[in-house]
Amino acid sequence: MQEWLEGLHPAILALIKVLLFVVPLLMLVPGLIWWERRLLSWMQDRIGPNRTGTITLKSGKKIKLFGLLQPIADGIKLFFKEDVTPNSIDRLIYFLAPAIALFPAFALGGTVPLGPSYGIYGLLTPIANVDIGVLYFLAISSLGVYGVVLGGYASNNKYSLMGGLRGSAQLISYELAMGVSLACIVMASGSLRLTDILKTQEQALWGAVPWLQNWFIFTPFGLLSAVIFGICMVAETNRVPFDLPEAENEIIAGYHTEYSSMKFAVYFMGEYAAMFVFSGIFATVFVGGYNLLPINWEYLMDSQWVGQFATLMHNLQYWLAPLVFLFKCAVGITFYIWFRATLPRLRYDQLMSLGWKNLLPTAVLNFIVVAIWILVTKIHSTLMGIVAGALAYVLLYFLFKSFLGATRDKPILQKRTLDYMPEPPKPQSNPVTGA
Amino acid sequence: MNLPVTGEQLTFMALAGIAALMAVGVVVLNNPVRSAMCLVVNFFFLAFIYFTLNAQLLGISQILVYTGAIMVLFLFVVMLLNLGGKQIFKERRDFKPILGMVVGVSLFGMISSQLILPMLKVDQIRADNAYGAPQSIGKTLFTNYVWPFEIASVLLLVGIVGSILLAKRRV
Amino acid sequence: MNSDFTPILVLVGVAATVCAAMVTLSWVLGPKKVTPYKQAPYECGVAPLGDARERFPIKFYLVAMLFILFDIEVVFLWSWLTVFKNAPVDYQVFSFWAVMIYMVLWVIGDAYVLRVNAIDWDEATSLAPEKLVDSPAISLTQAPRDAQKLASESNS
Repeated sequence: MQEWLEGLHPAILALIKVLLFVVPLLMLVPGLIWWERRLLSWMQDRIGPNRTGTITLKSGKKIKLFGLLQPIADGIKLFFKEDVTPNSIDRLIYFLAPAIALFPAFALGGTVPLGPSYGIYGLLTPIANVDIGVLYFLAISSLGVYGVVLGGYASNNKYSLMGGLRGSAQLISYELAMGVSLACIVMASGSLRLTDILKTQEQALWGAVPWLQNWFIFTPFGLLSAVIFGICMVAETNRVPFDLPEAENEIIAGYHTEYSSMKFAVYFMGEYAAMFVFSGIFATVFVGGYNLLPINWEYLMDSQWVGQFATLMHNLQYWLAPLVFLFKCAVGITFYIWFRATLPRLRYDQLMSLGWKNLLPTAVLNFIVVAIWILVTKIHSTLMGIVAGALAYVLLYFLFKSFLGATRDKPILQKRTLDYMPEPPKPQSNPVTGA
Repeated sequence: MNLPVTGEQLTFMALAGIAALMAVGVVVLNNPVRSAMCLVVNFFFLAFIYFTLNAQLLGISQILVYTGAIMVLFLFVVMLLNLGGKQIFKERRDFKPILGMVVGVSLFGMISSQLILPMLKVDQIRADNAYGAPQSIGKTLFTNYVWPFEIASVLLLVGIVGSILLAKRRV
Repeated sequence: MNSDFTPILVLVGVAATVCAAMVTLSWVLGPKKVTPYKQAPYECGVAPLGDARERFPIKFYLVAMLFILFDIEVVFLWSWLTVFKNAPVDYQVFSFWAVMIYMVLWVIGDAYVLRVNAIDWDEATSLAPEKLVDSPAISLTQAPRDAQKLASESNS
């Protein structure tokens, strides 16, 4: 198998790699929709779709699929539904917008490794092991704005336009904090390649415990980055609590109000596929990618006591790597659904102030601290590095806090928000007649 | 295989062809939003031409900055001015097209004399493999080009202040 | 050609094909029964008034502008991030200070953005002098829109 793959023309090998990524992603999307509906139902004390997909055999025996076929049936139905198209639209852009929205979701995972970088997985994943992996992902995710803004613009509907505008401002705001939070990780691992970031995470925990892996979520700066990245990730996929572009009680369905049949479903699919790939990127960058547990089995293989078990686990981990990765993606999706069941939607000013006044400064603070930590560790010692990093955190945090406090304490603003209550209209002044 | 062109040339032709087609679309299309979308696609494929020439960081910055950020602003401006939809540009018939043509031809002449003629002498089509990698750019940027780097940050600061003053003076 | 990028090109091609196929299929397969009511824009059953492509607040433009500027600031740093950790010490110290100067300018820019409430969606806070509460022409209890009207009246 491996020799056969190595002997192929690079373009054909590339096609195989791409199909191995895109086809499962396409097939997983209905499953994700089913999982969301089921889990949400359980969280809300409902049952959810549980009927479709019961196959009755000739012998009278029934095979139940727990409603797994429901989204597929929905999909087939949507293909044959009428494509209701308003007449005052910008026709070309109206048709292109859903495709543009779906495109980044599929292209996003181009640099994410689904398995170890040696053996057969090294040949098949990641699709492209380029030395700008993190940037590639950021660049493609920045294309997600177009689907939203063009859909809103082309529909020629006020609600759509509002949704498109909201969506685009939200996406670009959170992209910034996402980039800076990833910058900390890139600095700590010294490479933009996602495989190198994974290798850094397989080193000894905090440089001290050799049998555990140093996943970035276990380090203080990595944890901070992970929180920022996680929040931005939810905002980038337009999910609750950041679903203002499609807030149904304000602007109907936002940018896809005028879309029907499969074109609506394409927006839907794009959202789910993007959620899945974003979860995968989170898993790769912060929680060790395809490693199931943060344990260095290779180190333990030489041990007298657990050597055999470690060898077994090491081999098992190698062969099950893509499944472990899928499992981590599924956990990410579950968190998305959990957020949806738990959190109320933000107001738009809260959304903007969260992105610009909290996440971005925090990410920059984290960035500066990581730089100080790396420099002091190199010049002095590991201990001094940790002390300097901790001191820098405290110092910068208080500077930031006092600055924000100074901004907030402006008396004008406080008065204004307190007294902001319009008087009731006077009865004698009729706006129509002017009497 | 004995094709008259190599796969590499074919790739370049496809990428450059799409990019050029989209560039034509930017000028020819009447609807400004469609023109902007053509420019987006053009920038996107331009980035791939950079990739084939071993300028990875330049290419990805092209997508990150131009396709992902600047074109969004363009779209906003187009939508802000409400130029799209039914308001199609109708140019008056006067000397402007002729003037534009003259300027265009002279610009092309200038570019060809300054760029294309020197480029004909170049025998190495693309840079070395690691030339455009982020590592080598990082090393060069912080040794030989530190001042431009710092001045760029001042420039960006001026940009921030200026854009806020322009947009926020009267809401 | 840098063969690392061939798969990405293939991925872009396949993704574009899939997206185009999805949109086209729905258009080909679905029935088409056009009625004037179906063709009207959906605005909760109310007949739409005027064109939807209205002018919109300049705040969105400002957000996009600031995003570009900060985005470019990060783009300058990506190349440094890849070399900083494993570089020799003298390069590390020098580039660290260079980046710190850069970051100080960044923080000044960010602080300015926050200070003047450029990313503030509340109408009550802005740089417009006639909207500040200190202005004697406006009473505190008036909504901002009335304040604007008052200001324009007093100007004219």
